[in-house]
Amino acid sequence: MTDVIAPGPARKTDLSAKRLKRRYAAEARFRAYGLLAILAAVAVLGLLLSSVVIRGYTAFTQTEIAFEIHFDQEVIDPEGSRDPATLAQGDYQLLVKRALYELFPEVTKRREKRRLAGLVSSGAGFTLRAMVTDDADLIGRRQKVWVKSSDDVDSFVKGFIDRDLPAADRRIKDDEIAWIDALANRGDVATRFNSTFFTTGDSREPEQAGILGAAVGSFLTLVVTLLLSFPLGVLAAVYLEEFAPKNRWTDLIEVNINNLAAVPSIIFGLLGLAVFLNFMGLPRSAPLVGGMVLALMTLPTVIIAARAAFASVPPSIREAALGIGASKLQTVTHHVLPLALPGVLTGTIIGMARALGETAPLLLIGMVAFVVDIPGSLSDPATVLPVQIYIWVDSPERAFVAKTGAAIMVLLAFLIAMNALAVVLRKRFERRW
Amino acid sequence: MQIQILFATLVALSVIGYLAGRSRAVAAAAGRTRTLHSLPRYHGIYVALWCGLPALLVSVLWLVIEPRVAEWLLMSQLPPGARELAPDRLALLLADIKNLAAGDIVSREVEPALRRASEAYASIRRTSQTALLVVGLALALAGLAVGRRTISPSFRARNKVERVVTVVMIAASLVAILTTVGIVLSLLFEALRFFGKVPASEFLFGLQWSPQTALREDQVGASGAFGAVPLFLGTLLITAIAMCVAVPIGLFSAIYMSEYASPRFRAAIKPTLEILAGIPTVVYGVFAALTMAPFFRGLGESAGLDVSSESALAAGVVMGIMIIPFVSSLSDDVMNAVPQSLRDGSYALGATKSETIAQVVVPAALPGIVGSVLLAVSRAIGETMIVVMAAGLAANLTINPLEAVTTVTVQIVTLLVGDQEFDSAKTLAAFALGLALFAITLALNVVALQVVRRYREKYD
Repeated sequence: MTDVIAPGPARKTDLSAKRLKRRYAAEARFRAYGLLAILAAVAVLGLLLSSVVIRGYTAFTQTEIAFEIHFDQEVIDPEGSRDPATLAQGDYQLLVKRALYELFPEVTKRREKRRLAGLVSSGAGFTLRAMVTDDADLIGRRQKVWVKSSDDVDSFVKGFIDRDLPAADRRIKDDEIAWIDALANRGDVATRFNSTFFTTGDSREPEQAGILGAAVGSFLTLVVTLLLSFPLGVLAAVYLEEFAPKNRWTDLIEVNINNLAAVPSIIFGLLGLAVFLNFMGLPRSAPLVGGMVLALMTLPTVIIAARAAFASVPPSIREAALGIGASKLQTVTHHVLPLALPGVLTGTIIGMARALGETAPLLLIGMVAFVVDIPGSLSDPATVLPVQIYIWVDSPERAFVAKTGAAIMVLLAFLIAMNALAVVLRKRFERRW
Repeated sequence: MQIQILFATLVALSVIGYLAGRSRAVAAAAGRTRTLHSLPRYHGIYVALWCGLPALLVSVLWLVIEPRVAEWLLMSQLPPGARELAPDRLALLLADIKNLAAGDIVSREVEPALRRASEAYASIRRTSQTALLVVGLALALAGLAVGRRTISPSFRARNKVERVVTVVMIAASLVAILTTVGIVLSLLFEALRFFGKVPASEFLFGLQWSPQTALREDQVGASGAFGAVPLFLGTLLITAIAMCVAVPIGLFSAIYMSEYASPRFRAAIKPTLEILAGIPTVVYGVFAALTMAPFFRGLGESAGLDVSSESALAAGVVMGIMIIPFVSSLSDDVMNAVPQSLRDGSYALGATKSETIAQVVVPAALPGIVGSVLLAVSRAIGETMIVVMAAGLAANLTINPLEAVTTVTVQIVTLLVGDQEFDSAKTLAAFALGLALFAITLALNVVALQVVRRYREKYD
């Protein structure tokens, strides 16, 4: 190492400084691109969530109109028998109409009268019927009753229909606006919490549509999914991680599970349609079949999560158990499984959350039907929350758009709750060895 | 109803079997349980298994086979005229008989012959259910007796129970294989029937897609066209738009998170980005259809362009947003796995951080990044709800992102939602599309997983 490096020609320092400046500028630019990308992603997430909230929050309230109703015995119970069967069949909508005509006696033309009656929901009669069934003494008396307005009036009162538009472009005509204003001036129009949204099933009328039916359908479907995918997933994971010999068969199973986790969900729908419906003849639209399809879909997720949880239990624990004479299965059931359980449960909950948000496979097995009743068993026709959202988006009535937003909020609330539970489980119980 | 009773009885008998087996084992050891080979509870479980398992297997088998046998018996009792009906008419008749037997409404007038058939069917079902109850209970009781008799102090109950559990575990891990086999078989079977009606060459290379089937022979447009090229092209177009959004954003996010961000920033941002992957696809669909599509339409109008209200652009951009985390998360992981020594070497040569990233870290992590992008592509191709809600139904052969295109998944859903006859080429076409979709995504996944795995091994 005696070579002396010959001093090169003197550097032009200004040039190098210039180049350095350029390189630093490139560095700053590059870093800014990264930050910009993250900000863009976060901004889009914010936009997505705020568009849902802005669209949907109005659906949690509902415009109601109050007026005096005469519970006319002639209409409800002409014979005065107070028989529940007769009371259930009375024409309560007629009472509503009469009360409105009484309120605006200047309305005489048939078409106008129909529009006047259209201010209130076609379900208003059910409200009255429920009142009469509760308290038969109402019959023959007059009482002020709050009933739901129709969806157009609701949109108008909430400000979605601009009264300055030309009348031909509005869903609410001038005379209707006059009636609403007259009612509002008397303090008889109010926007209240919409409890119907949480207590009923789907309906063709936006103001009567609720998500309880879909929520119950989702619950039943998820119960089936959980009951199938959790035990199957844990058993398969225990076998593959603790018992299986390393050979071509277990390799095949492993590759297969990894690939299955990435198969598009709609393929599982095709499988369900071909095997469960057409081959096995199970009922269409049933939570049972939906749960089975989703169970097959989430099974790989559960197995992969459970295997990771088992693998993180240190071998010393197994060796200690085997050393004092436990059998292999006893080692697993007494030691490995309890220690890995938080991880397994976390994975299962995340899989369930994915299943809750899944739509496409359920469309193919007929869970996209219009279901008014709240499903009571695993074989009743049902729909689920995401499918309900899909159905409402396709509905022409404007008020369903708001319902969509509200239903998405409910769905996201469930998802957040499930993921929070998973995070808590992981934070509280996960052990690092 | 009788099935519930049967299963409840089986559970009760198994519990009794468990208790009986345990007490028998204790009695056989004359109270000194340490002389037993297995703990008493293993003897209990052994007897319970003998009691419950055979009966359960037989009942499940029975429940699968019984409806077919009952239908076959019913067919043999039908008058000869009915048996020669066309298959679909016959199926309708059988469905009516079954509904009548179950007390549901039927689609035709109830003639005496129909009523007789339904009564015969109901009586077959009643007999078989009673028979099942009797057979199930007999099996359970016999199992209880057999299991109980084998118990002795030297009996290896634990080993037997563990063997059964192992078999159950193997069966559980085979479900995954069975699912794949089921997918492949059902898709292949239906697709082959489709190719029996429509030649495969037309499906793969045809440029026309209009999958209606005629009610009458002479109807206008009676011959449906099943050329899937417009669908593949539409899928490709939307996927390409999605990748144009997802790859730059995802990649730069990953670079920033793994190379620049402080641990606290990273801990906050990574889960936030992953929220994007956790949002249900139907929510993205709503966002695309109600927010993005009108936005792009308005933008196009102000620029003097005619943007379709179901443009490929809106669906593609929203899909790109959805798959950002698929790119960013995995790329972030692989860049973190690049050894620090490579970076240090680059810094020592005087490279700036961005030069190190662009010339050392990213090339070193490239296989993993490519794998993550391939997984994202496979995800985009198979995504359904966004395109169902935001892309159109018209099968246009175009690569103009402002026009409406349709995709493979959209067509599968459209063909199969609603009333359908199962034999028409229209319904079967959905399975052929499903097969193509499955094959493409499977190939992408296999390649991507291989690439990622090989890459991981390189630096481990």
